[in-house]
Amino acid sequence: MSQGSKRDVYVFGTCLIDVLYPDAGMDTVHLLEYFGCQVHFPQDQTCCGQPAFNSGFRREALKVAEIQLALFTEPWPIVVPSGSCASMFRHDYPALFAEHPLATQAKDVASRVVELTAFLLTLTEGYASPPKETDATVVAHTSCSARRGLGQGALALALIRRLSGKPATEPEEAEACCGFGGTFAVKQPELSAAMTASKCHALQATGAAHLVSGDCGCLMSLNGYLEQSGAALKGEHIASFLWRELQNRTARKGVSG
Amino acid sequence: MTAHTSSDAQPGFRERAIQVLASPDLQENFHDAMAFLRQKRASAFADEEHFQRLQAESQRIKQEALSQLPDLLETLEARCTVNGIQVHWAETGAEACDLIRQIIEAHVPHREGQPIRVIKGKSMATEEIGLNTHLEQHGMHCLESDMGEFIVQLAKQSPSHIIMPAIHLRKQEIARLFSEKLPDTPYTEDVDRLIGIGRQVLREQFEKADVGISGVNFAIADTGTLCLLENEGNGRLSTTAPDLHIAVCGIEKVIPRLSDLPPLLSVLTRSATGQAITTYVNLISSPRRLDEKDGPSAVHLVLLDNGRSRMFQDAELQATLRCIRCGACMNHCPVYAKIGGHAYGSVYPGPIGQVIMPQIEGIRAHGEMTEACSLNGACGEVCPVGIPLPDLIREQRERRAQLPEYSRGKEAWIWRLWVLGYRHPQLYRIWSRVVTQLRRLSPRRLRPWSPSRAVPRPARQTLHERMKAHAAQMNTSGKHSR
Ligand code: SF4
Repeated sequence: MSQGSKRDVYVFGTCLIDVLYPDAGMDTVHLLEYFGCQVHFPQDQTCCGQPAFNSGFRREALKVAEIQLALFTEPWPIVVPSGSCASMFRHDYPALFAEHPLATQAKDVASRVVELTAFLLTLTEGYASPPKETDATVVAHTSCSARRGLGQGALALALIRRLSGKPATEPEEAEACCGFGGTFAVKQPELSAAMTASKCHALQATGAAHLVSGDCGCLMSLNGYLEQSGAALKGEHIASFLWRELQNRTARKGVSG
Repeated sequence: MTAHTSSDAQPGFRERAIQVLASPDLQENFHDAMAFLRQKRASAFADEEHFQRLQAESQRIKQEALSQLPDLLETLEARCTVNGIQVHWAETGAEACDLIRQIIEAHVPHREGQPIRVIKGKSMATEEIGLNTHLEQHGMHCLESDMGEFIVQLAKQSPSHIIMPAIHLRKQEIARLFSEKLPDTPYTEDVDRLIGIGRQVLREQFEKADVGISGVNFAIADTGTLCLLENEGNGRLSTTAPDLHIAVCGIEKVIPRLSDLPPLLSVLTRSATGQAITTYVNLISSPRRLDEKDGPSAVHLVLLDNGRSRMFQDAELQATLRCIRCGACMNHCPVYAKIGGHAYGSVYPGPIGQVIMPQIEGIRAHGEMTEACSLNGACGEVCPVGIPLPDLIREQRERRAQLPEYSRGKEAWIWRLWVLGYRHPQLYRIWSRVVTQLRRLSPRRLRPWSPSRAVPRPARQTLHERMKAHAAQMNTSGKHSR
């Protein structure tokens, strides 16, 4: 297993990816391995606790968050393929655990969590895919937690260009929320769906062939609407898009990365 | 003041939101108006750094003011008194209403058959305490003189935005309103003419009014000065033309020094309307002096508590009192931009409303509105005094969840089950596997997520299972992996 030159990283797959979108999780792992990481996936991980935390059930959130803290014993980075969960770890754990015996561990974990696109961007520094002459633009939806929570506005665009060579863009009013918002989507479903509809219209208006996002929560709402309205556009996790692009490339060149 | 209850008989937030969502026109109104205001704000802050500097400075001043609130209020009272402004304290909205009515009745001579005429500058504090209703119940006649407020009053509605009260109305609606409600007014959709018509009506009333009532943007302690910002001149007229001026001021509006004013002014007007400064900046420091030709003969300042002392003592929520009522959080809120202010069913809508209304009128009365937030963070980012609005909305959710009726309710049980399912990894792996294996049974429609969104279906295998297999494979073929 252990090859000296490999970089050890943990992957926290998130609860949504685990049951609904494991492809996004696997593609995350493939990408990391492709770029020289040794991926460790603690089997005891469940959920970062954000759904309960954001709904006002702090105690319950804490009970679930507590058990995640024990999983990352080595000082490796913890890569999270979700801006929302990454932001929960990074920003909310220190506050959530402020008066808790595990406060130090919480801070330590928080400091090691990196959202996937941010991690990939540093990992693939120097890698450049030649720009492609193609009409198949990629439109990226950046979640509010990535944009504001983590301050990672345009990372996806840079990453798409770098790894796929395809033109990447953002929709009009890119900073507008997609309407998902966790339990917000079921507590105020009409409002949430209306916001999602507006976001989908903006995404479709770009004429892009691919829709990607770093957050499966957003994708669940966006794809739900797109599918229901019979749209041709369908969103996927940015890891899945990038991994497919890389595979196509290596297949064409007949070389391994 | 309005008695909202959580009873099911009244339409709640969700029902009101659905009503707005059924009207594409109304949604477009809000969307365009908010986009316009956001644009104005963005161009008013030359760069992000400029904003952050002003924000830090403003936050510091307001925080300093809060840290010495009782002392500052005493200084304010003393200085105002020396200046000839009579200061009163009101603990509740009802007390403030009574007090104001008594001040008016003591000042204005009784005229048989002629109601006392009150003209008002824009003031959210008076909206908060329901002053117009109270005075009208006592036979007085109140007229709003801010154009937006005037329109809303004519339409018998309430403001839907704290800075732009009539933002929910289209010009066609205002044209119809004017032609129906104002004597000899032809229907016109020409906005300038509409404003002209409104001003004409108001102009006459300023001369006739017995009392002018205004709010206060900043009360400056060290000089005993009341600062009032506005763009239409109606604030100045309301506070100078009538013989009596009453200013209603939330106790959190006090700031230490006159020199604190410029940064606050700058950040407020830029955040609100994108202006570097408002057309009128009124600094009121006394009634008319003997050698002066105009101005009221008496100025009264009513310092309103109405729950503010409680907020002051609440460590988690005290930051709310920094609010300078700029409205930027509303303009940047994607929920507000969809449904506007009325759906909130409260005096203060939008993010600040979600934080402040449960504090003024109780979490039971305003619990549902705390749900109406996707925690996207846009409000917190633009708040010029750095109020962590998303955190505070979450805090309100926590307080709601702790209500006995809520902690015994359905949602609380769902979360208890959730803990069971996610706190025990072995158990979690079992049930998540079962869910994926029963994926064919998963419903096609799942209220309330549907009907406008397809329901996602569980995958064939969980990531946990696939990673287990993957690790095993890497172990066997491991040595020559890429
Ligand atoms: S909370 Fe902040 S952004 Fe909202 S009105 Fe108050 S000062 Fe303005």
